[in-house]
Amino acid sequence: MLSRWLHLEQPIVELEEKIDELKRFAASENLDFSAKINRLEEHKCDVMRRIFADLSPWDRVQMARHPKRPYSLDYIGALCSDWVELHGDRAFGDDGAIVAGFARLNGRSVAVIGNQKGRDTKERQIRNFGQPSPEGLRKAGRVMEMAARFGRPIISLVDTPGAACSPAAEERGISEAIAHSQMLMSRLKVPIIVVIIGEGCSGGAIATALGDRVLMLEHAYYSVISPEACASILFRDPAKAPETSQQLKITADDALRLGVIEEIIPEPLGGAHRDLKAMSVALGAAIEKHVSALETLSPEELLEGRYQRFRKLGDLDDPQATTAHLNGAPV
Amino acid sequence: MSPEAAPVAARLEEIPANLVTKCPSCNTMLVTKDWLRDLKTCARCSHHFRLGARERIAILTENFEEWDAELAPHDPLQFPDYLPKRSAAQIKTGAKDSMLSGAATLDGRPIAIAASDFGFMGGSMGSVFGEKITRLFERALDEKRPVLTATSTGGARMQEGLMSLMQMAKTSAAVGRLREEKLPFISILTDPSMAGVQASFASLGDVLVAEPGAMIGFTGARVIEQNLRIKLPKDFQSAEFQMAHGQIDMIVPRAKLKESLAQLLSLLLD
Ligand SMILES: [Zn+2]
Repeated sequence: MLSRWLHLEQPIVELEEKIDELKRFAASENLDFSAKINRLEEHKCDVMRRIFADLSPWDRVQMARHPKRPYSLDYIGALCSDWVELHGDRAFGDDGAIVAGFARLNGRSVAVIGNQKGRDTKERQIRNFGQPSPEGLRKAGRVMEMAARFGRPIISLVDTPGAACSPAAEERGISEAIAHSQMLMSRLKVPIIVVIIGEGCSGGAIATALGDRVLMLEHAYYSVISPEACASILFRDPAKAPETSQQLKITADDALRLGVIEEIIPEPLGGAHRDLKAMSVALGAAIEKHVSALETLSPEELLEGRYQRFRKLGDLDDPQATTAHLNGAPV
Repeated sequence: MSPEAAPVAARLEEIPANLVTKCPSCNTMLVTKDWLRDLKTCARCSHHFRLGARERIAILTENFEEWDAELAPHDPLQFPDYLPKRSAAQIKTGAKDSMLSGAATLDGRPIAIAASDFGFMGGSMGSVFGEKITRLFERALDEKRPVLTATSTGGARMQEGLMSLMQMAKTSAAVGRLREEKLPFISILTDPSMAGVQASFASLGDVLVAEPGAMIGFTGARVIEQNLRIKLPKDFQSAEFQMAHGQIDMIVPRAKLKESLAQLLSLLLD
């Protein structure tokens, strides 16, 4: 059985076991160990702070893939009321790797689309490990077009190790589905907030990540390719992934520095999975802030802003321009 | 300028009559002069050799005038070995990056055209590639020119990390703008047209035209085979395979390509 905890969490888990044991013993023997328990709790917090102050990019990849990490439906459940999930692309099937529907968020009706992973073996198969197929992206596109028609903001939760990798996905045009989804999102006249909540990997991620604002949870990662695939292509050695994850600059801090995201949403100490409620409150507040700001814009301003947001991304030398470009900003 | 960069026709005169080129598909020894006359295809098995970006544009258009030639790549991540690899590609191809774009005429009609060069780091899309493609669509929209792109690429350029991924969004959005006007975009898929490029602007042509035998897809066959522990048929992701699965409009041999493109543009515009 797969360990549910990461190696980097072992010291914390050991302390927690010790605290639990002490609590059980105290209860069964009717003794007062509260002073000792408090000291251990404080020590645990110190240990957590120390560990999480110094996560490597590879640690963050592990955090983003944590088996206990909250998935799209966990956030939808915690944040929204009246969630109505819609199904199917009207052409081929219903993809479990993407959920799409409408819900109420802070009283406002919104469309939510999200990559969805499974918790157990069976659900992981149904969800295809969060890897969207063409029909999933086409379902998301259908729901997003409907959202635009009814003037509902769109929240896109990204959490995928990449698009579906199979002959079936190729036969049904996964390339076209990814391309079309991006083009569609660039033209929808309602606010689009994208949040990378876990893995934001490759074409499968950018397929649903073209928004007015792109936010990232603190321990999520965002990358053009998985560190393993990059290591095996460039260095012929997937075991070099930890090193490659550093070189690819895939953390939330990196993405912010590169101008690829607007904001990092801090996670509770120890990661989102340790406190779904606190994480959801922070996520909900961030979404609310950005949707409110975007709602003041006209549809034309919205589209122009979104186009320019991506238009300026790139790092190159343009001698014709008066200054060199780094993400469009003079450097 | 490398020999690859010179248009095919201009080289015919200089080629000695006894020089031969081997077809990698059927192993036939082809007389180089004939092979060039056949636009680098095999007279025996019709294998289509890859063309450089300049050759590609030369066989399809007249009066090519390059745009944005001055754009040069950076190294946003300070990625290991990126600079030496890129310098080697620059020396080999005589180009600053993998994308060539500009204005031209096709049978007298003004068009905007771009071609990627597989010989330059696998024709991969980094910031310069993405910027040139975006400017191509924007300028075509300004000048009311139909757009042709010819891709030959392995996908996004890993060495530019997230900056490469963002080019997918940027170029797809640029096609979205072009679609507001009655300007055709024909995407020509040549061997290979894969991954991040195929999953962005290259799949968004009003018409998708492929060369025979071109490999077209998202995830490479070898990766799928490794991940799923399966064996895929040899023609998996070939133009013919994609045609059978409804993913492309037509397969046109190189000798007929220009004629087909002119016909399509005329049907949509005249
Ligand atoms: Zn041959």
